[in-house]
Amino acid sequence: MNFWLLSPELSLVGIALTVILLDLFIQQKKVLAAISVFGLIIPIAFTIALWGENQASFSGMLVVDNFSLFFKFLILGITSLVILSSMDYARKFARFQGEYYALILLSAGGLMLMGSTGELISIYIALELASISLYALVSFLKDPKSSEAGLKYMILGAISSAVLLLGMAFVFGITGTTHLDQIADKVGALVSGGQLWDSPALLFGIVLLIAGFGFKIASVPFQMWVPDVYEGAPTPITAFLSVASKAAGIAVILRVFYTAFGIAEISADWAMIFAVLGAISMTIGNVVAIAQSNIKRMLGYSSIAHAGFLMVGLAAIGTLGQSGVLFFLAGYALANLGAFIAIIAISNKIGSDEIADYSGMARRSPVISFALAFSLISLIGIPPAVGFMAKFFIFNAAIQQDLLWLVLIAALNSVISAYYYLRVVKVMYVNEPTSEEPIPSSIPLRISLAIASIGVLVLGVYPWLVLRLAENAVAMFP
Amino acid sequence: MSTESFPYLSVILFLPAAGAIVIGLLIKEARTARITAALFTFVAFALSLALFVMFDRGVGLQFVEKYVWIESLGARYYLGIDGLSLPMVILTTFLGFVVVFVSWKINIRVKEYFVWLLILETGILGVFLSLDFLLFFLFWEMELIPMYMLISIWGGGRRTYSATKFVIYTLFGSAFMLAGILALYFSTPGPEHTFSMVAIASGGAEWLTPVIPLASIFFLIFVAFAIKLPVVPLHTWLPDAHTDAPTAVSVMLAGVLLKMGAYGMIRLVAGFGDGGIVPGVAEDYATILVAFAVVSVLYGAAATMRQTDLKRMIAYSSVSHMGFVLLGIFALSQLSLTGATLQMFSHGLITGLLFALVGLIYDKTHQRQIPLLGGLAKQMPVITVVFSIAGLAALGLPTTIGFAAEFTVFVGSWGSTVVSSIQTYTVLAILGIVVGAGYILWMLERVFYREPKERYDGVGDASNMEKAYIFAFIALIMLFGIYPKLLLDVIGPLFSRWG
Repeated sequence: MNFWLLSPELSLVGIALTVILLDLFIQQKKVLAAISVFGLIIPIAFTIALWGENQASFSGMLVVDNFSLFFKFLILGITSLVILSSMDYARKFARFQGEYYALILLSAGGLMLMGSTGELISIYIALELASISLYALVSFLKDPKSSEAGLKYMILGAISSAVLLLGMAFVFGITGTTHLDQIADKVGALVSGGQLWDSPALLFGIVLLIAGFGFKIASVPFQMWVPDVYEGAPTPITAFLSVASKAAGIAVILRVFYTAFGIAEISADWAMIFAVLGAISMTIGNVVAIAQSNIKRMLGYSSIAHAGFLMVGLAAIGTLGQSGVLFFLAGYALANLGAFIAIIAISNKIGSDEIADYSGMARRSPVISFALAFSLISLIGIPPAVGFMAKFFIFNAAIQQDLLWLVLIAALNSVISAYYYLRVVKVMYVNEPTSEEPIPSSIPLRISLAIASIGVLVLGVYPWLVLRLAENAVAMFP
Repeated sequence: MSTESFPYLSVILFLPAAGAIVIGLLIKEARTARITAALFTFVAFALSLALFVMFDRGVGLQFVEKYVWIESLGARYYLGIDGLSLPMVILTTFLGFVVVFVSWKINIRVKEYFVWLLILETGILGVFLSLDFLLFFLFWEMELIPMYMLISIWGGGRRTYSATKFVIYTLFGSAFMLAGILALYFSTPGPEHTFSMVAIASGGAEWLTPVIPLASIFFLIFVAFAIKLPVVPLHTWLPDAHTDAPTAVSVMLAGVLLKMGAYGMIRLVAGFGDGGIVPGVAEDYATILVAFAVVSVLYGAAATMRQTDLKRMIAYSSVSHMGFVLLGIFALSQLSLTGATLQMFSHGLITGLLFALVGLIYDKTHQRQIPLLGGLAKQMPVITVVFSIAGLAALGLPTTIGFAAEFTVFVGSWGSTVVSSIQTYTVLAILGIVVGAGYILWMLERVFYREPKERYDGVGDASNMEKAYIFAFIALIMLFGIYPKLLLDVIGPLFSRWG
C-alpha cells in the first residue's frame, strides 16, 4: 500500500472536503472557487512529481504510470479551467455554491482514477464516483430543462453502467479474473489453445464493454443523451462533460483494450467495431449538427462527431494511434473549453444560447468572439489551430494501418463540419449587431479563455510539446 | 546555402503576419492601419526583389532553412526557393503590396480587414516556400479563414454563400490531398518516414514502396490542386468567389491563389527539376489531363463570352487562361513547363490588373453590367488605356508578357513527345486565344468605346495613387513581355531534364 502513488487523488478529495467544510463558514462564495483553483495546484504538483513512475499498488487496483499521469494532468487542467470559468456562472445558483465546486472536484477524482486502475471492479467504482457527482451537477440549475437533463443523464447512465457491469461479468466468467493483465494471460492461453471463440460469451462481453464505455465518450449508438444533457446542464458542466468525461472514457478504453485484449487475434475485431462506430458517429454527429440552432446542442452533436474521430484513432492499432488519441484529447479539450468558456461569457450577458442571438458579436466583444471563432476553427481542423494537428496525427495512424477508407470518411466529415462551425463565425462577424453593449467578463474567465486560446495556437504550431508526452505515456503498452 | 546565413525566407514569410499582429494589437486608427500594412508588405516585396537579384541562376534550391519541427514524425520546418517558387514569391509579395493600395478606400472595419489581408499573404507565401509536405499543407489550409472573412464581411452580392462555397470546395480537395500526402509519407522508406518533398522527388519511384498504387496517391493529391487551379468541371466556386469578393481579394485570388494549384501540380510532376513528387504517373495520364486542359480553355472561353457582369467575365476568363497552364504542365516538355510557369506569372499580373481596374470602374460608376456601361473612354481616359493594354495582354499581344507566356506554352506543347496527338490539342487550345480575342475586344468596345453615356459624366478618372499602381502593373507586363529572358533565366534551368 503506497499512498504516495495515490497522492493526486487524495489531495483532490481533501480539497473537495475542505471546500464543503468552509462553505459552512464563508459568506463570500468566490473564496471557495479560489480555494478550489489554487488547491488544484497541489494534485497537479503531485502528478508532475510522479511523472516517470511505473508501479502498481493496492493489489493491482491502482496503476501509476505515465499513461495514467498524462490523463491525470489533462483532467486536472480541464478542471481548473472549468472552475475558473464557473465563477461568473455560479452566481446563477444562489445556494449550494460550495457543493458545486466540491462535486466538480470529486468527479474529477473519479475521472482520474478511471485511467489509473488495472482492474475491472475499480474501473467501475471510479466511473460511478465520477458519474454520480455529474448527475447532481447536470441538474444543478434546477430549472425544468436542467432537471430533465439530469434525470435523463442519470437513467441512461445507470443503464449504461448496468450494461458495463454485465460485460465485465461475462469477461470474468470466461477468464476468472478481473485484473487486466491476468485477463490478457488467460485470453492469450485461449488463443494459443485455439478455444478463443468456443463460447461467444467473451465476444459478447467485449461488445458490452464497448457499449458501456461508448456511453461515456458519447459515441453512436449510445449518444441519445448528449444533445439534451448538453443543452440543459449548466454550461461549465457541459464543458466538463464534453472533455473530461470523454478523456477518462478514452483512457479506460485504451487501457482495457490494449492491456486485456491487445492480442492481435482479438484486436483486429474490436478495431473494426471502433472503425465502423467511428465512421457512423462522425457522420451522424456532423450531419445532425447542421440542423441545430442552439449552440450548446450544436456542440453536443459536434462532441458526438469528435468521439467518432477519436475512434478512428482507436481503430488504428499501434503506438501512433495511441499517442494520436492522447494528443487529440488534449487539443480537443483546449478547443472545446475555449468555445464553452466564450459561450459562458456571452450567455451571461445575452441570456440565450441561440446562435441567431450571437449576431454581430465580433463588434460587441472582439476578443471573446475571436476566441470562440478560433476554437471553432480548431474544431473544424484548420491550421494553425491545434485541431488540425490533432486530426492529422489520428489520420496518420489510420493510414499506417491501411484504413484509407476511414480517413477519407473522416476528412470529408471535417468538410461537412466546416459548414456549421463557420455559420457561427459568420453570425458573429458578418451579421449586424443587435446592440452595441460589450460583453462583460471577469478576470478569472478571461484567464481561462486566454489559456485555452493560446494553448490552441501553440499546440497547433508546435505540437511536439504535448506529442512528446503522449508518446511517452503510451510507451507502457506492449 | 548554409542555414546560418540571414533567414530571408522566414522573414519574408512572416513579415505580413507580423504586420497583422501589429495592426491587430497596437493600432487604433484606420489610416495608421493602412500605412502599417503598406510598410510591412513593402519590406516583404523589397526583400523578395533582393532574392531575385541574389538568386543563383541555374542552381537548384537556395536560401534553404531547415529545422526539426515534429521530431517523431520527421516533419521539418523546411523552406527554400528555386526557379519555380521565386517568381511566385515575387508575384505574391508584389500583389500583396499593391492590394493595400487597392483597398485604400475600404472604410468599414479597416483594422480587421488589413489583419486578414496580411495573414492571407503569409498563408500564400508559405505554400510557395515550404519544402516539407506537412508544412505545405498547413499553409495551404491556413489561407481559408482569411479568405472566408474577407469575402463574407467586405464582399458584395451573395457574399456569405460564395465564401462558404469557396471554403467547402477547398476543404473538399484538401481532404483528399491529406490522405494522399499521408499515403505518400508511409510509402517512403521506414521506419523514419519523411515529409520532405525534396527527398521524395529526388528519390524517384524505385525509392518508394507505395502503400497504395502511386497513381491513386497522385490523383488524391491532384484533386485538391485541380479544384484550386481550377480545372473544369471543378471550377464552379471560382466565378462566385471572384465576383463577390472585394476588389483586392479578387486580385489576390486570381493573381496568386489560383497559382497555388498550378504550383502544386508542377511540383507533383516535375518536382525540383528531378523526378516529380509522385513520379511516373503524369506520363501515363498526360493525355487525359491535356484533354481536360483543352476543355477548360474552350469551356472557359465560351462561358466568358456569355457573361454580362464585367467582374464575372474576368473571372471566367481565368478558367480559360489557367487551362493554358494545365496544358503546359501536362505536355511535359521543358519548354511547355517553362511556359506554364511563365503563364502563371503572366496571368497573375494581367488578371490582377484587370480585377483592380474593374474595381476602379465599379468604384466610380457603381455599375458592373457591361450592357449598362459604355463610352467610358471619354470619362476615364487613363483607365481606358490601361484596361485596353491589359486586355490586349490577356489575349496575347506581342510585347506583353501574355504573348511571351502563351507562345512558350504552345511551342512547348506542340513539340512534346509525351502526349500522343498533342498537336491537335494544341491547335484546339489556340482556338481559345481566338475566342479570347473575341470576348476581350467585344468587351472593350462595349464598355469603353460606344457613345458616352450622360449618367457617367463627371465620374472621374483614376486618382494619382490608383494611377501609380496600375502603371506599375503595366510596366511589369511590358518589361517581361519585351525581355522575358529575365524570368526565363530563372525558370528555365529547372526543367532542363525534360526534352
